[in-house]
Amino acid sequence: MFSKRQITLITLALSLAIFAGGCKKKVQAPPPPPPPVVTPPAPPPPPPAPSVTQFGADPSSIVRGQSSLLSWTVSGNVTSVSIDKGIGAVQNTGSRRVSPEDSTTYTLTTTGPGGNSTASATVNVSAPPPPPPPPPPPPPAKTLTDWVAELQDGYFDYDKSDIRADAQAALTQDAAALKTVIADFPSAVLTIEGHCDERGSAEYNQLLGDKRASAAKDFLVQLGVPADKLKTISYGKERPQCTEQDESCWQKNRRVHFSTGQ
Amino acid sequence: MNRLVWIALASTAALMMGYAQQGPDLKGLVNKEGGLPVIAVPDLLGAGSAQSFTVVFNQTLWDDLAGSGVLKMAPKTLYPKGVPQQPADFRQPPPTAVAARSRQGELVAAPNGGGFWMKDWSNPPASANYLAFGYAAEQNGVLMLFGNLFDLSRDTPANAQMIGKRYLATTDDQKGARQMAHQFAADILALFGAKSLVGTHIYYVHQAGFKTPKEIWVMDPDGQNQHYVTRFNSLSIEPSVSPDGTKIAFTSYAKGSPAIFVFSVDPVRDLRFYNQVASMNGQPSFTPDGKQIVYSSSAGRCCRIFIAGVDGRGFRPITSVGSLDAEPKVNPKTGGSIVFSTGRSGPEQIYMMNMDGADIERLTDGTGEASNPSWHPSGQLIAYAWTRGYAQGNFNIFTMDVVSRQYLQLTHDQGRNENPSWAPDGVHLAFMSNRTGRSQIWSMLATGTAQQQLTRDGLNYSPAWGM
Repeated sequence: MFSKRQITLITLALSLAIFAGGCKKKVQAPPPPPPPVVTPPAPPPPPPAPSVTQFGADPSSIVRGQSSLLSWTVSGNVTSVSIDKGIGAVQNTGSRRVSPEDSTTYTLTTTGPGGNSTASATVNVSAPPPPPPPPPPPPPAKTLTDWVAELQDGYFDYDKSDIRADAQAALTQDAAALKTVIADFPSAVLTIEGHCDERGSAEYNQLLGDKRASAAKDFLVQLGVPADKLKTISYGKERPQCTEQDESCWQKNRRVHFSTGQ
Repeated sequence: MNRLVWIALASTAALMMGYAQQGPDLKGLVNKEGGLPVIAVPDLLGAGSAQSFTVVFNQTLWDDLAGSGVLKMAPKTLYPKGVPQQPADFRQPPPTAVAARSRQGELVAAPNGGGFWMKDWSNPPASANYLAFGYAAEQNGVLMLFGNLFDLSRDTPANAQMIGKRYLATTDDQKGARQMAHQFAADILALFGAKSLVGTHIYYVHQAGFKTPKEIWVMDPDGQNQHYVTRFNSLSIEPSVSPDGTKIAFTSYAKGSPAIFVFSVDPVRDLRFYNQVASMNGQPSFTPDGKQIVYSSSAGRCCRIFIAGVDGRGFRPITSVGSLDAEPKVNPKTGGSIVFSTGRSGPEQIYMMNMDGADIERLTDGTGEASNPSWHPSGQLIAYAWTRGYAQGNFNIFTMDVVSRQYLQLTHDQGRNENPSWAPDGVHLAFMSNRTGRSQIWSMLATGTAQQQLTRDGLNYSPAWGM
């Protein structure tokens, strides 16, 4: 590196060089003043560029599928007005309904002798909300099977086909329902099944079940259910609901039951 | 009441003895205690390839004879060691061969022929009156049985032979051996007045399991050859057989309402029974001439007995509206009366009436519930199911003399027993019992003895025993 003495020497040399130059400039003559010039008359001011007084979209936000109204007013010396995005040339003042698929910025350009002027208007498009849930469907029409499943069984005493008080109550409600069913399903014919508990002989129960079914039919017909809409069948003890050997099961099996077929 | 039952038992026994007395040359041969003749049936041996058939053969022969009701079986454990296979195997004992006392006065064993003297079988312990023996062999693909029956009371083997016959069968399967055993048994039983059941059929209702379809099936009287008749995949029930065995009638839900069907059985064919309009036509059975069907119908109002042609035409009611008449059965001997079950007077009972519905009388005494009447071929007895003495639903099999109304209880304290049906021999009955926990078909003698289970698969009901 440089020692202190060297730095001093360099600084000295540089100073000498600067002094030498400065002395030379101070001796040059000043230039002459410029000649006077004739100023031409000032040119007329250029016409002002047309201006866009107003350009907007109303509403500025739409849901896809809806439309927005672009409107504009251009003033000044106008030779042409156009809007991009496929709209093209338009009048100085006007409006145009647009229905862009996506958010779009429209640029209006007006041109005149004075220049161009532009303005933009943006229509924001948002995706439509999910369709509202469809209104709850109307309750499906009750099928014949639904109706029949709601009909109540009528129960019997052992070895009897008399309609007991509780069976009368059940069958009376059934009669009202049956009238509706028959009105709704004019071609339907319903079957009254007669059933028995397991104790008697199979052969005797076949008859007893028939007698129970026809006793129930007679009761319903008395209450105004058309006889030709009801048929009877006996299953005797062939189709028990349960097979326990006790009175609670036996009672379940001593019954008339409605079905749509056989 | 016990006295009545014993009288009925005696009369049934007398009936069965009646058959024995019809035997050609067996009068007076019934053993001295008044019981049945005793027969020894040692297992037959088979030569060579015939060995594979002897187990089935011996079992079938034994079952047929043991279940016949006309013979008593000498227990096999009491037989001598040696078993003759042909008449020539017998030897005459030397005339001096008599029981002798030793010097000490003890009885020493009587000399014996080791099974080859006739008296080896007639003396204690076998104590038989008759001996069935023989052997089986196969020759040129044919199974042969040489079957013999000896009357052990005769003096010499030459005089003792009652049967000496050759039976032939195919060797395709065990059926041939079984058939041969049935024939040999039938020949033996014929000598004792028993009608053979070989060739008769038991129709019944078969169900694979609970809540599955019920079909009409048929089997041999020993439970063999079980196979279907109907395949309606429905509820087919209540079979009955025509007197000549060519037709069956039954009830089926195959077309909706329960209706009667009449089928020929060989080949199986629907003969198209015309069903009158009714919510139920059912429980058919044939008249003795096989030309008409009696049945129960709900036509008009449940339920009356009707009679119609075997094609269902010309139907007319026999009983009156408003009764609850079931299961009509025409007397097979006279064709002049009908037994039936009915709820007309309250709980189900057995009634009898003329063919025109007149002279109705109740046969059962009004106690319990009585059902399922079935005529004995003689037209003098019925079998039926009755809850008398038991809780509701606990049926037992009874027989009753329809004139004296004496009755006999055949089953006791073994589940529900129903639907008795007389065999054509008038000595056996088929019936349904749930004593094993499931309904099965059983057979027994008219005395209630020799009860045999015939079905084991699935559930089986309502036997009808016919030709």
